[in-house]
Amino acid sequence: MSGVRLLVGTRKGAFVMTSDGTRERWDVTGPHFGGWEIYHLKGSPADPNRLYASQSSSWFGQVIQRSSDGGKTWETVGNKFVYDGPTGTHLWYDGTPHPWEFERVWHLEPSLTDPDTVYAGVEDAALFRSTDGGHTWQELPGLRTHGSARSWQPGAGGMCLHTILLDPSRPERIFTAISAAGVFRSDDAGKTWRPMNRGLKSEGIPDPNAEVGHCVHRIAMHRSRPSVLFMQKHWDVMRSDDAGESWREISGNLPTDFGFPIDVHAHEPDTIYVVPIKSDSEHYVPDARLRVYRSRTGGHEWEPLTKGLPQRDCYVNVLRDAMAVDSLDPCGVYFGTTGGQVYVSADAGNSWTPIVRDLPSVVSVEVHALP
Amino acid sequence: MIIRVVLPAHLRTLAHVDGEVKLDVEGVATSRAVLDALEACYPMLRGTIRDHVTQQRRAFVRFFACEQDLSHEPPDAPLPDAVATGAEPFLVVGAMAGG
Repeated sequence: MSGVRLLVGTRKGAFVMTSDGTRERWDVTGPHFGGWEIYHLKGSPADPNRLYASQSSSWFGQVIQRSSDGGKTWETVGNKFVYDGPTGTHLWYDGTPHPWEFERVWHLEPSLTDPDTVYAGVEDAALFRSTDGGHTWQELPGLRTHGSARSWQPGAGGMCLHTILLDPSRPERIFTAISAAGVFRSDDAGKTWRPMNRGLKSEGIPDPNAEVGHCVHRIAMHRSRPSVLFMQKHWDVMRSDDAGESWREISGNLPTDFGFPIDVHAHEPDTIYVVPIKSDSEHYVPDARLRVYRSRTGGHEWEPLTKGLPQRDCYVNVLRDAMAVDSLDPCGVYFGTTGGQVYVSADAGNSWTPIVRDLPSVVSVEVHALP
Repeated sequence: MIIRVVLPAHLRTLAHVDGEVKLDVEGVATSRAVLDALEACYPMLRGTIRDHVTQQRRAFVRFFACEQDLSHEPPDAPLPDAVATGAEPFLVVGAMAGG
């Protein structure tokens, strides 16, 4: 591996950052698409120079950008996201039926094997797929038309499909997560879906066996062990050892189990990272100290990682898509904050340095190794 | 006829154009005809001014010409003669609100 490329989406544009394998000195380009919200951009695992970016604004709607040269140049591709068939209704914040309305693409997940195939998770929650490099998009309607969908409600950020995990060992298996409906799994390449929320307990949902309604913030897996999933829920950090069939809490000694991102070490399937946030009404780190917490035991036992991170007067948040790990050895860990800092740890979290300090509020961080 | 169109800065960037856009519009000059011609020349603008399917103007986009707000005019209403003759541009404006 000669280096890494970091893709950072912010409230006012995208930034591409590259470094050699030491991950000490960084070349930063951008903003690309200045002034637009970049909820997510991600490279194809099958071709690291093929990137997809979700560009949106309240004024001008959704645009999808594609690069074939690692982010040096971009071309606009298709932005027509039309629900397949009758849209039906979900529940609005006040509990009344509300028609499905496309708002934006939250997450783009390129295929593990084909650079021209990419999935899009959108608000209002649905899953789309393109097989022609983003020029055209087709909904996989089985998710949105699931029998429970009429009872789905938006979280504070909207009713978004924000996480898409593709199982590397079973190409027909896809996991998605929706705020605030929960986790869903398809075992037939997206045709049909089942809720995967058994064991989740959520304040405000009186039914302890509620099939949907859980505000799942993020799920993650290690590609060598895709039946083990980790979850940062609105409150609670959770783990599943049976591909989502059941969940158990692993919050352990975390100072707070509220948060947004969760990620897994590239080479140690039981090493996981979260960023505890004070509460759902105070979206900043507890005690004014920015701490990543790492568990090397698959949960329950957590250690704070603070070296190089601000330990006073800090009031930032780290959003659900704003953490990533690279595949180098030692594993690199990255995250971006709502204060515009992007931090890197080239030693699996033991120490951190800022790559940049003053970007617009960071929404997403992705990284891939360069050959 | 040649219609002059002024786009907001973000859409000029998206379409890779500087300054005014000049469009050859056939038949009666209406906002629908102008936007059809605009999207035909610059397909990356589809969906950014009006909805792909409903063709409804996006909520934070307005249309002006000759010091008139034409945003609520029917899409097939003729535009002012000064626009149709190219004397005045058709303005696509992003609402001045928020971040």
